[in-house]
This record gives sequence, structure tokens and C-alpha cells, in this order.
Amino acid sequence: MTLDRTDRAILNRMQDDLPLVSNLYGAIAQELGISESELLSRLTRLREDRVITRFGPFFDAAAMGGAFCLCAMAVPSEDFETVLTKVNAHPEVAHNYERTHRLNMWFVLATETANGIGDTAEAIQRETGIEVLQFPKLQEFFIGFRVAA
Amino acid sequence: MIDAKDRQIIEALQGGLPLVPAPFAHVAETLGLAESALLSRLAELKARGVIRRIAAAPNHYKLGMTSNGMTVWDVDDDQINELGTHIGALPFVTHCYERPRALPDWPYNLFAMVHGTDRAEVEEKRDQINAILGVTCRARDILYSTRILKKTGLRLKTKEQVKG
Repeated sequence: MTLDRTDRAILNRMQDDLPLVSNLYGAIAQELGISESELLSRLTRLREDRVITRFGPFFDAAAMGGAFCLCAMAVPSEDFETVLTKVNAHPEVAHNYERTHRLNMWFVLATETANGIGDTAEAIQRETGIEVLQFPKLQEFFIGFRVAA
Repeated sequence: MIDAKDRQIIEALQGGLPLVPAPFAHVAETLGLAESALLSRLAELKARGVIRRIAAAPNHYKLGMTSNGMTVWDVDDDQINELGTHIGALPFVTHCYERPRALPDWPYNLFAMVHGTDRAEVEEKRDQINAILGVTCRARDILYSTRILKKTGLRLKTKEQVKG
């Protein structure tokens, strides 16, 4: 799909924090100078085409008493799909990426309790026979996450 | 910590906000809440940091940012605060973290995510980071993502899964 100027303006605006107001889409539409129904139909199309992967609140597991942790595994290529199925079967695996390194599977665990990270990592290790390295964040230097469309 | 009502709200919203007029009223109705009660709960969750923001997550690949490089660096622990703040403020760095090393195989303690339209663009940005870190950086690497294997975000367990 091609994105026109309005789509790009919508994508840029929607990546910034949105207000907690009843008329959410109407308020954004007004800022962008389009009607609410046009905004909604464009957002629906952007989501169907997977230009927007998710829209809504972003939760911080740590603030709920839970935790996030980046983990990595060195998976032999011939076992990759089998290991992937086992890893992704855990609902605690929030994202997972294949990367160019001996450590070729990188995923984020998001759990409701702090202990959940160790328990899940251990379960994956047991199920796959592969060491799960844990890289919890010690410090975050930038929290914005925005791409110019 | 979150209570049972917060939990219901999070469960109702973790898949996303519906694309209909008055989306919060729509969600409130499914929860048997007044819209105003839902909005004030959400404001409170946001004030406590449980909700970081309400926004759209774009697909980088669909926006032409097809190269995603996790650049990793081994820098002095003594200098990581200053260097991390500097690197994290670069406009092309979308995430920047200090993480523990996993020696001997993984000497890196600074992670900076860089996106570009191709690997040459990512590497040009990597070179800018390298110039800033200078001699304080002992080792470096770049890991490109070659496939998104899963991307769902946080999912609370349903009661059945908790029992299992």
C-alpha cells in the first residue's frame, strides 16, 4: 500500500501520547483537519494493512509488580523452528526476533510477578535444552519510540 | 500493584482500543462500568506508570525502515551514565539501555537500537555512535533482525492458564 500525506500525518500524531477523553478520535481528527469518520476509516485500513501493529494503552509490567526481561538463545539452525514453537508457546514471550549472531533468538519476557522471569526462562531452558541468557535493563537512557512516517 | 478492577480493565484493553467513536464508552459498557469511571481509572493507572502512554505502534518494515540493527557496545561502567545519556539522545536511536554483560561470550553493556532504510544507513549511524564513544569503547557489534518471530505485547494470563 502507499501512504499519502494524510496517512503520514495520522501515523506521526498517533505515535505521541493520546488524551484520555471520551471523544478521542474526534479530538485527533480535529487537530489533523479531517473528519472523525475519515480518521477511523484510515486507521482501520492502516491496521488491516499492518502499518499499525497495535493501537491502545502500552502497559508497564514492572509498575504492576511484574517485570520485563530481554533474553537470548543460541539456537542451532536445524532446530530453529522446533525451538521457536516451544518458546512462542509461552504467553510471557511478548516479542521475539531472529537476529544475525550466534545468539540468534532474542525475545522479551513480560510477566506479572518479578519471579515470573526466572521461572519462565528456566521452563524454556528445560523444554529446549538451550541456555537462556537474561539481559534485564539496568538503566534506560531514552523512553521515546517514534518513527517519522 | 493492581486490583481486580484494574486487571479487568487491562485485560479488556491489552488487545488494543476499538476503532469506533467514543471508544472508552464502548469498552466501559463491556465491563459494566460508567465511561467516567473507566476514564478516571485509566488516568490513575497512567499517573502510577502502569500505563506508559496511549498510542499507535507502527510497523517499521511497512514504513520502509527495513533494516533494524541492535548495536551493542562494551564501555567503562564508570562512564556509562554519561555515554548512555549522550547516545540515547541521538535522534536515530529509538531505544537505549544499560544491560548486564554475559561473560565471556557477551562483553557488551550498552544497547542502542537503530533503524534505517537499508544496512548502509544503519551502519552510517553506527559509525556516528562509534565516534562519540571513541576510545572508551572496547568492543562493538551489530545484530540485525532478520525476522519478527512474535509481536503481541504484554498479555495477562487468563485464569485457566494460571491454573495450568
